Amino acid sequence: MANTYYDPADLRKFGDITEWSEELGTKFFEYYGKVFEEGALSAREKSLIALAVSHVVKCPYCIDAYTKDGLQRGITKEEMMEAVHAAAAIESGASLVHGVQMMNKYNKLSM
Amino acid sequence: MHNVKTMATKSLKARHKALSDTSNQLEILESGMFEDGELPYFRDKIANIGHFPLRPKKLEILQINVGYMCNQVCEHCHVDAGPDRKEIMTRETMELCLDVIRNTGAHTLDLTGGAPEMNPNFRWFVEEAAKVGIKDFIVRSNLTIIRANKKYHDLPEFFKKHNVHVVSSMPHYTRGKTDKQRGEGVFDKSINALQALNKVGYGIKDSPLRLDLVYNPSGAFLPADQQAMERDFKKALMEDFGITFHNLFAITNLPISRFLDYLIASENYEDYMYALVEAFNPAAVENVMCTNTISVSWDGWLYDCDFNQMLDLKVASRVKHIRDYNEDVLADRNIIISQHCYGCTAGAGSSCQGSVA
Repeated sequence: MANTYYDPADLRKFGDITEWSEELGTKFFEYYGKVFEEGALSAREKSLIALAVSHVVKCPYCIDAYTKDGLQRGITKEEMMEAVHAAAAIESGASLVHGVQMMNKYNKLSM
Repeated sequence: MHNVKTMATKSLKARHKALSDTSNQLEILESGMFEDGELPYFRDKIANIGHFPLRPKKLEILQINVGYMCNQVCEHCHVDAGPDRKEIMTRETMELCLDVIRNTGAHTLDLTGGAPEMNPNFRWFVEEAAKVGIKDFIVRSNLTIIRANKKYHDLPEFFKKHNVHVVSSMPHYTRGKTDKQRGEGVFDKSINALQALNKVGYGIKDSPLRLDLVYNPSGAFLPADQQAMERDFKKALMEDFGITFHNLFAITNLPISRFLDYLIASENYEDYMYALVEAFNPAAVENVMCTNTISVSWDGWLYDCDFNQMLDLKVASRVKHIRDYNEDVLADRNIIISQHCYGCTAGAGSSCQGSVA
């Protein structure tokens, strides 16, 4: 097997983190499970948010997990791609809005 | 990154694929991660909760498979059905089935296939079976058959006349997903057929003419919550096509036959089995369908369920054929299991009647 930092099979072992810190691991998974239950937002909406955030934090495990979760919920590929674009727009916007800082600094330094 | 995969037009059997031999399927299900001890065998899993050996409860459903011939070649089909399959129940076997239907304690008769309507004696059989007055008489129709040929166009009226409960497969409410699993044009034909069924009174709120849909995932993933899926299907089919139906049954694809072939070819087999085992739900074991069903094959053999039929695992009873049918003797048997059974106990559970837990 190729030596890589990421192994898709590791996703299945996510729960194992509890073994080295039972209290915190258990609390985390309880919290995690609760977050994705139906609430003021539907579980379906939260799944799309999770997919979008997965792309921003560039987590390959999360992308695998929430693509599958979306498929299970009957979320279409068009909806998934729109969610990714929403994330990408915020991410690129976050870079671009710093352009104002650049402009301010430029103007301040310039005569 | 386009998915250019084309759908097969023939069954595994006609393509002489290794998996058309059920012993090869069983060997796969018994080996790999299970043999290595990475994943527990199903028998050990249910033994832990006191359900091994799995035993039948009261018989409720008599499911009869009238033949493997079908007008479609769906990628996930556990029957390996298709136009090239010649296994068709004869009128003689149907007569034997009718004798059983007249005397059974089961409240539901469930006809399946293939496309059951393609059996040349299908209408005669339905007429005769309907006379018995069994409480719930289901025909599993793939919908497209109704539009496939002029001779099937009047099926909605025929079903209505005999008060048949229609259960139809509909993988998704969008064209793309449906056609990818079932073939080009299946979506439009299915929509058309559903509208024809609505027109004669099927699937209308409070109508005694029951129309239920079956959803099964179009890929290597498990179905989501049945109620949530039903809500989405109802909304989309009503808004886009003015279609109504009663209930949606979410059914998990079991790792056998063409779906197993797909899982292996797409390198999803291991992940899928892990997902099934991880989703094991003890509450689903209580109501797993093999505990209330007898499945009859086109040639009259008896099985614990339609999946065991496709794996050629006949009931472990001295009564193995419809000609010797005896409900009391059959009730005293152990149900045959293998790792495919994890498909019926995952999440909310899965059966031909949808979720069970």
